[in-house]
Parts: sequence; structure tokens; C-alpha cells
Amino acid sequence: MKRFIRTYLFSLDHKMIGKQYLITGLLMSLVGGYLAYVFRHQLAWPGSPVPGYGMVGPDQYNGFVTMHGTIMVFWVAMPILLSGFGNYLLPLMIGARDMAFPRLNMLSYWTFFLSTVVLITSFFVPGGPASGGWTSYPPLSDQPGFTGVFWGGHLWILAVALEFTSMLMGGINFLTTTLALRAKGMCLFRMPIFVWMENIASLLFMFSVGPLIAGAFMLLADRLVNTGFFMPSAGGDPLLFQHLFWFFGHPEVYVLLLPSLGILAEVFTVFSRKTLFGYRTIVYATLVAGVLSFVVWAHHQFISGMDPRLAAPFSVTTILISVPFAISLFSFIATLWGGSIEFTTAMLFAVGMLAEFMIGGVTGIFNGSAAADIYLHDTYFVVAHFHYTLFPVTFFGAFAGIYHWFPKMYGRFLNEKWGKVHFWVTALSFNVIFIPLFLLGLAGHQRRIFDPTVFDYLAKYQHLHVIATFAMITMLLGQIPFIANFIISIYKGRLADRNPWKGTTLEWVAPSPPGHGNFENDPVVHRGPYDYSLPGRDREWVSQTEE
Amino acid sequence: MKIAEANENQVPLWRLGVWWFLGSEIVVFGGLLACYTLYRFHHPEWGMEAAHTLSWVGAINTVVLLTSSLTMILAHERVEQCDLSGAVKFLGITILLGLLFLSFKGYEYHHEISNGLLPSKSLFWSFYYLMTGLHGLHVVGGLIANGVVWQGLKKGKNPHRIESVGIYWHFVDVVWIYLFPLLYLASPGGAL
Amino acid sequence: MLGWFPENISTYGHGIDHVIQVIYYIVGAWFLLVEGVLFYFLIRYRKKKGVPAVYEPGSTWKALLWVFIPAVLILGFDLGIDWAQAPVWDEIKLSLPLPEQVVRVTGRQFVWEFVQAGPDGKLDTADDIATVNQLTVPIHAKVQFELLAADVIHSLWIPNLRLKQDAVPGRTIKGWFEATKEGTYPIACAELCGSGHGVMKGELHVLNPVDYQRWLHETVH
Ligand SMILES: [Cu+2]
Ligand SMILES: [Cu+2]
Repeated sequence: MKRFIRTYLFSLDHKMIGKQYLITGLLMSLVGGYLAYVFRHQLAWPGSPVPGYGMVGPDQYNGFVTMHGTIMVFWVAMPILLSGFGNYLLPLMIGARDMAFPRLNMLSYWTFFLSTVVLITSFFVPGGPASGGWTSYPPLSDQPGFTGVFWGGHLWILAVALEFTSMLMGGINFLTTTLALRAKGMCLFRMPIFVWMENIASLLFMFSVGPLIAGAFMLLADRLVNTGFFMPSAGGDPLLFQHLFWFFGHPEVYVLLLPSLGILAEVFTVFSRKTLFGYRTIVYATLVAGVLSFVVWAHHQFISGMDPRLAAPFSVTTILISVPFAISLFSFIATLWGGSIEFTTAMLFAVGMLAEFMIGGVTGIFNGSAAADIYLHDTYFVVAHFHYTLFPVTFFGAFAGIYHWFPKMYGRFLNEKWGKVHFWVTALSFNVIFIPLFLLGLAGHQRRIFDPTVFDYLAKYQHLHVIATFAMITMLLGQIPFIANFIISIYKGRLADRNPWKGTTLEWVAPSPPGHGNFENDPVVHRGPYDYSLPGRDREWVSQTEE
Repeated sequence: MKIAEANENQVPLWRLGVWWFLGSEIVVFGGLLACYTLYRFHHPEWGMEAAHTLSWVGAINTVVLLTSSLTMILAHERVEQCDLSGAVKFLGITILLGLLFLSFKGYEYHHEISNGLLPSKSLFWSFYYLMTGLHGLHVVGGLIANGVVWQGLKKGKNPHRIESVGIYWHFVDVVWIYLFPLLYLASPGGAL
Repeated sequence: MLGWFPENISTYGHGIDHVIQVIYYIVGAWFLLVEGVLFYFLIRYRKKKGVPAVYEPGSTWKALLWVFIPAVLILGFDLGIDWAQAPVWDEIKLSLPLPEQVVRVTGRQFVWEFVQAGPDGKLDTADDIATVNQLTVPIHAKVQFELLAADVIHSLWIPNLRLKQDAVPGRTIKGWFEATKEGTYPIACAELCGSGHGVMKGELHVLNPVDYQRWLHETVH
């Protein structure tokens, strides 16, 4: 019993903590998915009871939409991509035995767990969960009277604050570990791209979240002790919160995107047997994009009532930031050139992520142009746009990572046949959900309304909502093979040796699964991370530990 | 096998950790100070409100906190000299000065609240309580950390930890150096 | 693409539609090109027995030109888009033509309140016309609005006019429009404002000058 607690609950091992984050995030995605099912059902068939829930009123609808966004960003994407994979892989990839501060790491997970409990609790308090949108704009979120939600709003702020604290602790660990615990010979430019991405993401988070934490304190004070930081009647300004939120919000998108691109880089190189095209270029481009991400935030606020003259400078910075990302994405595509590409499930998800993410990227140009944004802002076009960025990044990225590193985590393979079923169902249904939403947005469908049929000009497009909802249900059902595959393969999957994909990076030098301390002998690094198909070698891959 | 171990000739782990921690703290206070300053430019009348703060208590507290930073440096220097009993003494003084700071701050709060200057009175007071309150919490946190290290020092354990708590204590001091002029000395005449 | 849009009935709406269309063609072409290259690579370079992968680290300037040139082209197109949309934005949000009709719009949970200048053309006089959820304006007249919010943030959303502007408590935001077609059109709220956000619904009536004068006098007297 004591051993069980040590190994599975209060573990100090970065691999177990990584798995804890991963599993918690996956479970929370089921909660977020269920919420989406309930409100998508309501949108498709307004007023009819939702099987498995019942009638949805406007307040529940707003609450569910709010919690869906909050959960998917802060309790799914972040714990899975940043903390889950980061914790599991970062020490392995740099040849460390563990994180720099294992106790802090454990504390970080349990703080996150506590935040999860607080968030879930808010569903069951009188008044229901917060319902002011995941962006939580005041005054709506500021005075309980505006929504009728009292406890839910407090708990939402508390949960988010705890979650931020946990991620900050994780970030301190990542940055310190990377700086101080690299194996001998592992200089910075020999680190796998994934490690770079995790660290840049941690830095972005660390330096963008502070002002929002300050904003959260102010919001909480407004709610609890009747201050008026965001209330105009007391001299406060509601727009200040929007600035604080989006100053964080835009870098936050990259906090999610970068780890996912890191996974993509690892999977692409392994399954195309190619070295990464433009390794240093990708690193520098990402650093530049990271810096730029601090000066683009007002593109979320073109019509918010801020000074309209600010639209011009923020349009320009927004456009500039597309250049480093174009460079990175083109480098990833160039990596495939001349390769020997094997379509494993991990590779399918990685390719799918790149292909789908590009739709998210190009539709962002519409929202980034102030004039077009007048029409498209706060419509379903925006909803479709950010789901085309965040869904591939979060889920395609996470699935690619899971299928790729599952043999490392459990010493067994996931079933590839069911994996491919999982991929195709997920990818196809994803597009059938969100392409209709683009069209609804073009038709002028504003966001977050409870019953579209109230408006004649929307009622005629109701069939698009129905299509999206059917696709959404299909997608949820499509996850059943994955869940079954995951659980069964832990016990019954085909056995994997330590390097099943013939990879070059250090995690493949350790046993599968690695024991506490990771490596039998501390690895010594002699080369860069992606020496595949190196000319003059008799083997098509050269591990980082080989001379 | 020892799990976490730094490579040779590199910065010790804990020092890196403390600096990253301070980095994330600085942006929280930075965000708050930026908000306050932005509002302050739009509300020259806050100067009149600031006149109700107890500037002399704030000034004494500034001296108290600066002195505590000095004794913290002395404690650190004693550790370097392997004089642990001297270090115990100076760290003890630092802790006492921290408590003194909190007592003065408590007196101020008491004085202000009994005069009806509540957080909800005006936006200036909202900021005043939020910023000094958050700073006060950091002082409390620092005192707890100092206390733990002080306990250890008495038994001769982990003397190197004095550096981490020292860095943190100086940070808490520096934040106050910003808060004092911004909140107490913001006169009615000037922009700040 | 534009087929999905509700009919445009404002003087500046064409500008917005045009910008969206220009972006659509530019990014559409790029999108097809890049996805085309991606899928070409995926098919062309799939694993074949006896065909090894090449080694190309992309560390020389010559190799990197393959990504830098398209990136610079993208920058050029992006700046072009920005340059094309700026005058449209300036016309709608930065200019304020002399008004022929003024109206004060207030968002309140969960209605749009309109106060319109009566025959004297001035607000805050005895002949002001106050309505709820119904806005009546003459065709081909420059209507200036003052947008306020009584409680939380709302967003005035009139799809046919291509008009969207947040209403923020504590601020008075001015803007304008000129309708070009008679008829009745929907007004909605685009910013989540509470439980009734989805039923915050009004109507815009655009009348010809004769009908408008008749409406004005019937309403005032
Ligand atoms: Cu953004
Ligand atoms: Cu609304």
C-alpha cells in the first residue's frame, strides 16, 4: 500500500508525474467533450431535452460554454502538452536522471489536481459554474448580479489561479533542468526541438501570465470586497481587464502550439528518416515569434472600444508574426522532402496536425485584418478559426505524441490498426464539425447564443448546426477505440524494445519503460539530435550517444 | 544513486530556481504597478487620497525593511566566514525587523480602517490595499522561509540556503521601494 | 464565399466584403499551394524498398532559400492585405461624417434602447423619440450613433450594415452608418452579456424620406 502511494500518487519521478498530468488532462477532455455535446445538441435542436442531460436553459448554456473553453485550454491542452509530455520527455531527452526539483514537481501536480477539484466543484454549487465566457470579461464577470452566479465565479478565479501557480512551478523546473542537468556533450544546439519548444513555451507563460494574475486578484477583490477596479461607476475601466487577458492570451496560444510543434518535429524526423531541415532556423524563428507574441494582443480587441487608431500598429505586428511561423512550418514540410515516409498512426496525426493547423493559420489572416474583423469578430467564423488552430494542436499533437511514445511509457505498442481507425474518424469528423461553423460565421451568426432559431436570418442555416452536431457525436464515439486501445495495450499490447522506431534521441537509449533514474549509465552525447540517413554510415540512423 | 545532480562547474540548481521564481513574481507585481500607474495618470485627484496615508509610518517601515536587507547580507557574509552563530544572530535580527514591519503595517491598516478608508472607498484605496496586502503576504512568506533556514542554521544544517532566502528577501524589499513612493508620496501636484 | 453573406445595405459594407474577398483569394491560393506541396511530398516520398532518404540538414543559405523566399513572399502579400484594408477601417471607425440624423444607443440586459433626435435634429430636447429594440432611419442619410452600455459590455451587431461595435459601460463610443436600401433588418448583440444574450434582438427599419417624415410626425405627436 505504501509502495502504491509512493509510486502512483505522491511520486517524485518525472515520468510518473508526466503520466499523471497526461491522464488527468485526457480525463478532463472527456468532461469538456461532454459539455460540448450538451450545448451542441441544444444548438442543433433548441429546446429539446438532451439525452444524458435533460433540458438546457440559457444559464446552463452560458455556463457550459464558459467551462468548455476554460477546461479545454487550461485543463486539457496545457496539462497534456506542456506538463504531461514536458515532464515525461524533457529529462529523458537531455539525458538527465530526473527534474531539478522533484519535490516541486510533485507539488506542481498536486496543486494542479487541487485546481481541478475546485473547478469541478463549481458545477455543483448553488448558481452553477461561472458563465461569463472563458475570457471572463468584466463587468459581466465582476458583479454576481449580472449573471446570477456567485460561488461559481469565485471558484473559477480560484481554480485558474491555482492552475497558473502549478504551471509556473512546472516552468521553473523545466527551465532549471534544461540549463543545469543536461548530459555530457548535450550542448544547447544538440537538444531535440521538443526541448527547445517546452522551454520557450515555459518562458512565454512565465512572462505573460503575471499581469493576468494581477488582473485576477483585482477581479476577485471586486467580487469580494466591493472594490471597483473594472467598474466604471467606481472609476475603473472594463477594458483594462481585456488588455491584461489578451496580453497573456496571445502568448498562451503559443504556450500550447510550441510543445505540439516539438512533438511534430520528433515524429516527422523519425518516420521520414530525415534530419530536421533548418534546425537552427526553427529555433531562432520560434524565439523571434515568442518575442513578437507580446506585442500583438490588441488584435483581439479591434472593436472593443479601444482607440481605433491602435488597429494599424497591431495589424502590422500581427502580420509580422506570421513570418517566423511560416519559416518554421515550411521547414517542417521541407523535412519531408526526399524522405522515406512511413505512415504510422503517430505520423498520420502529426501530418494531420500540420495540414489542419494551416486552415487555422490562414483564417487568422481574416481576423487579423481590422476591417474584415468588423464583420467576422464574435461570429462563428472566429469559433471555427480558433478550433482549427487549437484542436489540431491539442488533440492531433497529443495523439501523435501518445502513439509515438506509448512504447517508451509502457514497454508495449498501441494497436496500429485501431490507431488508424481512430485517426480517420477523428480527422474527418473534425472537419465536418467546423467547416459548417465557418459558413455560419460568414452568414453573420454571432457567438454564444442559446437558440439560433430566434433570428430569421440564422434559422435558415439551422441544418448546418445539425450537421456539426452529428459530426461532433461521431467524433466522441470515435474516441472509444482509442480509450480501449490505451487501456488494453498497457497490459496486452505487443512488447516493445527500448528503441522500437529506430530513433536517435536520448529517450530511445533508456529502457522501455525507463526505471527511476532513467538510464543504466549516464549517456554521453556526441552529435545533434536527428542524424538519420547520414551518408557514409552503414545504418540509417545514428544515436546521439554514438561517436 | 543520487537523482538530481548538476553538471560540474555550473550554477547550483537552487540558485537558478530562485531566479526563475523571482522572474515570475516580478511580472505579477509589474503588471499591478503598470495598471496602477496607468490609472494614476488619469486620476490626478488620487494625490488628495494619498495624503491620507501615514507617510511617516511608511517611511519608518522603509528604513526597517532596508535595515533588514542589510542584516540579511551580514548573515550571509557570516555564513561565508563559517561563523554560524553570527549568522544565526543576524538572521534572527532580520526576522525581528520583518515582524516589526508587519506590526507597523498592521497599525496603519487599523488606523485607516477605523477612519473609514476601506478598500471600497475609492480606486486609490483599492490599489493601496491590494498592492500593500500582496506585498505583506510576500513578507509573511519570506519570514516563514527565513524561520525555516534559521532553525536549520541553529543546528548547523543547510547553511547555503541563506543565499536563496536572501535573494528573495531583497526582492521583497525592492518591491516596497517601488510601492512606498507610488502610494504614499504621490503628491497632489505632480503627475506621480 | 460572398453568397453566404446577408445582403449588404450600407455605403461602406462593400469595402468590408471586398477586403474579405481579396483575403480569401490570396490566402486560398497560398493554402492550396502549400497543402499541395505537403501532399505531393507525402505521396512522392512514401517509404519504398531500397530507396533511402537523403540527408539535407538545411544549414546552408542555398538550402534555406527554399523556406525564406516563400516566407518573404508571404510577408509581401500580408503587407498588401494590410494596406488594402486600412482605408476601409479608417472610413468606418476613424472618420465621423457630419450627421444628418443622430441616435443614442444604449445596451441594457437584454434590450437595445434608442433615443433619436426629433424634428429639431438635436438630442436631449423635448421632442426626442425613445424606442426599445426598434430603430427607424431614413435611407441615404448619414446616421451618427452614440453607443453606451448601462450594465455590462454588449456589442451592437447589424449584419446587413456590416456594423459591429462593442458598447462599453463608462464610455461613449461614436460611429456612423448610411443605409442604402429600404426594408427591415435584424439587430443583435454580439458580445456575451448574460442569460438573455441570445434573445437580445431588435429591428432596423430603413424608410424612404416620405415615409420617414410621416413616421417622425406620427411618433412625435
Ligand atoms: Cu492573438
Ligand atoms: Cu449580448
